[in-house]
Amino acid sequence: MQARPAYLPYLLLAPSVLFLAALFLYPLAETILLSVRTAEGFSFDNYRRMAGDLNFASALGNTFLLVGVVVPLQIALALGLAQMLTKITRGREIVLWVWTIPMGVSDLAAGLVWLALLTDRGYVNSALFALGLIDGPTGWLSYETPVTLFVAIVLAEVWRATAIVLVILVAGFGLIPKEYGEAAEIFGATPWQRFTRVTLPLLKPSLQTALILRTVLAFEVFAVVFALGGRNFPVLVSEAYVWQFENQSYAVAAAYAVVVMAISLAATAIYLRVLRVKPEARL
Amino acid sequence: MAGIAIENVRKSFGSMTALKELSLNVEDGEFVALLGPSGCGKTTLLRIVAGLETRTSGRILVGGRDVSDLPPRERKLAMVFQNYAVFPHMTVYENIAFGLRMAKADRTKVERQVQRAAGLMHIEHLLGRHPGQLSGGQRQRVAVARALAVEPSVLLMDEPLSNLDALLRMEMRAELKAVLREAGTTTLYVTHDQTEAMGLADRIAVMHGGRIEQLAPPMAVYRTPATVFVGSFVGAPPMNFLRCQAADGAVAIGALKLACPRNSGEIVMGVRAEDLLPATAGTGLPFEVRVVEPLGSHALLTGTAHRQQIRVVYAGERDVSAGETLHLAPIAGRICWMDAADGRAIEGTT
Ligand SMILES: Nc1ncnc2c1ncn2[C@@H]1O[C@H](COP(=O)(O)OP(=O)(O)O)[C@@H](O)[C@H]1O
Ligand SMILES: [Mg+2]
Repeated sequence: MQARPAYLPYLLLAPSVLFLAALFLYPLAETILLSVRTAEGFSFDNYRRMAGDLNFASALGNTFLLVGVVVPLQIALALGLAQMLTKITRGREIVLWVWTIPMGVSDLAAGLVWLALLTDRGYVNSALFALGLIDGPTGWLSYETPVTLFVAIVLAEVWRATAIVLVILVAGFGLIPKEYGEAAEIFGATPWQRFTRVTLPLLKPSLQTALILRTVLAFEVFAVVFALGGRNFPVLVSEAYVWQFENQSYAVAAAYAVVVMAISLAATAIYLRVLRVKPEARL
Repeated sequence: MAGIAIENVRKSFGSMTALKELSLNVEDGEFVALLGPSGCGKTTLLRIVAGLETRTSGRILVGGRDVSDLPPRERKLAMVFQNYAVFPHMTVYENIAFGLRMAKADRTKVERQVQRAAGLMHIEHLLGRHPGQLSGGQRQRVAVARALAVEPSVLLMDEPLSNLDALLRMEMRAELKAVLREAGTTTLYVTHDQTEAMGLADRIAVMHGGRIEQLAPPMAVYRTPATVFVGSFVGAPPMNFLRCQAADGAVAIGALKLACPRNSGEIVMGVRAEDLLPATAGTGLPFEVRVVEPLGSHALLTGTAHRQQIRVVYAGERDVSAGETLHLAPIAGRICWMDAADGRAIEGTT
């Protein structure tokens, strides 16, 4: 067989790299530039404007609160579901398939579905009224009811985006040979000990992937929040949206975008570090 | 005090029957080897005893206690897995300590028993490493050490030495035997290697097609196989089986005439390769040599007798060459007569 030239792989990869550069790196550089450019030259004025805004602190706080509640909830839920899935053999694909249906629904559509359920005259209100549990239409999504609004957003996000974590973890569970769990059981581990001492450590790589993916996306949460809460529950991306389209201030919107990106990168770096598996400890 | 009693255990995977109504008693402190070819159900039986596999019917008793429906961790036994199953994310030390940690042993006990088990398996120098940095043989020794560290009263082992090279395997075999005997550990040991089974076991259970064909001490299995299968599976070379015609309670092959337990019809004569000795020409069984394999202390001859292939261990003075015809006579009392139809030893002949 003739030896292939060494540059061939690079040549074949080139189109995708160019494609990425054109559609990702270039706009990224543009955004960063936009956020630091002012009429007088380069400065952090846009960031100062962003931080000085009344909504910035609450948007930042809300975003972290949402990520801090939603992501652990999703991971825990997906771990539980994936663990249960490993116990069944018949109909496993069907169950997994049903659970992953929400993955196919766009986030805006998901937000609207939950809005239809939870709005003043929505299904939930009608049902509770019919059961005699409430006296009339009750508002849950207004600025006067921040707790129920928050709960509704968490519910919608968990419903919408747990499936992707589940799919990754199910694949991860599948990579762990069953002998490890069996050995743990023989040597006296309870189901919980087996899970914490053997399954979880061996699941680290999948857990890392799932966490990075979910956390990055959770920091970018927008459509569901906007559909359910409008401006009652500001988050970073919805503020960027407001600055971009209502205030027509592209530079401040760009500053928001850069902040979201920086947070995502930091989160990714933390996960890569904390959940890294030493080469010698790999499966 | 913990023997193992396997009572009428059956196991089917769907329509495939892996174990057919099988019973086996392992006395307290006894070492029983489950010996059989690949796929005969050894691993399945061991996993049922461990509680890792469900049985279709039957009972398992450990130390007189019915453990049939208990989860593995409550059966109080240790196991060495066929594919090691040492935890990749733990160091060798933590692997060996695992059972002790689960039992909440105190620090000094963990340290003492880990060191002891590692010493027995010659892996003290590997304690700080991860399994990923070890060879297959080293991992296997970690798996054995992990089981020994809990000082189990019942130990199940699934081909624990299969990945060691020949020399190390022989060394480990001797060591394992000494350790387990000293500790009085009841052991059920799976292997497809008959030398291993012969060397280690107090009794061997020869399995074939989901059944135990014979359960007896090693030399009894070797000398008086219960079936043609056992005779040809145990021993290297396998036992020779010659189909002969009985007449008037005897068979005559060439000049060899032997009394046999059938008056007429076909009968199978089983004789070990080393139990056929050279006889003077004109007497005994004519044997046409086809292949000569010199093996140092003796030569292994392959050839035909009575139009059937047999092997003979030849330790005589004179060199033998292919094409020659030897005359052989079996050592008295070393012949096993088998039923020609079902391949079973005929009762009361040995
Ligand atoms: N989980 C299983 N599902 C279906 N068949 C199995 C399973 N485990 C083992 N078997 C079958 O049972 C028989 C015995 O297997 P095993 O106990 O592993 O044999 P051995 O250990 O003696 O080589 C084999 O024919 C094997 O294919
Ligand atoms: Mg096996």
